[in-house]
Amino acid sequence: MSDGENAKRGRPSRERHADDMIEQKPSGERRKSSVALDEARLRQQAIGVRLRQMFDQVVNEDVPEEFLDILRRADSRSSEKG
Amino acid sequence: MNQAQQANASPGSDDEAFKRELVQLIPHLRAFARTLCGDPAAADDLAQDAMMKAWDARASFQMGTNMKAWTFMILRNQFYSEKRRSWRQSQLDQEAAERTLVAVDNPEAPVALDELRQGLAMLPPEQREALILVGAGGFAYEEAAEICGCAVGTVKSRVSRARRALHAILEGGAYDRDGEPAGDAMRSILADAERLSTVR
Repeated sequence: MSDGENAKRGRPSRERHADDMIEQKPSGERRKSSVALDEARLRQQAIGVRLRQMFDQVVNEDVPEEFLDILRRADSRSSEKG
Repeated sequence: MNQAQQANASPGSDDEAFKRELVQLIPHLRAFARTLCGDPAAADDLAQDAMMKAWDARASFQMGTNMKAWTFMILRNQFYSEKRRSWRQSQLDQEAAERTLVAVDNPEAPVALDELRQGLAMLPPEQREALILVGAGGFAYEEAAEICGCAVGTVKSRVSRARRALHAILEGGAYDRDGEPAGDAMRSILADAERLSTVR
């Protein structure tokens, strides 16, 4: 396990889709700090990626027809009134 | 007369626009509901209720503002008001959350997701929801604060505490597992993240 290497390779993905909404570190801060800090960051990033994946898994599911049926019924109800 | 006719016509077209936007939000409402309820069927009930509440309240929504945040707030309020109605439900929710924060019927879901779900289930609800809104839902701290009805600083501290706690849980293997060595969860999450970052 060369976590140091992983940390370096992990960087670009962090730029793209990891925690850019959460913590925007100034780029100056990215200069070599301790390996431990890199690792901690990588781990948080990994959790962030997973978290999004978990959420997106549901987002990407097909919406049950029921949802649209309910909305259609509500729609016709309100158009009858209007 | 003309003005009255226009006034009658515009709600209809507003309704159409509103509905289009609402339909697009359904997948996100389902995902958020799933993280709150755990149980997929209960989550869909919640998401449907929230969708209808949003529809009924459409007159009070200002088109052009953030409908996603608005509907998430409705869903969240709905969830907590139902929860208050029957406190026993919360115990069931907790158990359900531990089993399924995401549908379990996906055999291709990597093992690590299961551990993440269990880890999330161990967080205090307010930390879990803050982390999910900001970390997965794509909301800014300000929006998450609005959804949760608290200060921005509160959301920030909840998110950072949640991340630290989740990391500690996964790293330490403090969740319920069948005798597998601690630290495995974190390793598999790291491995998956590595794999994902090369795929995307």
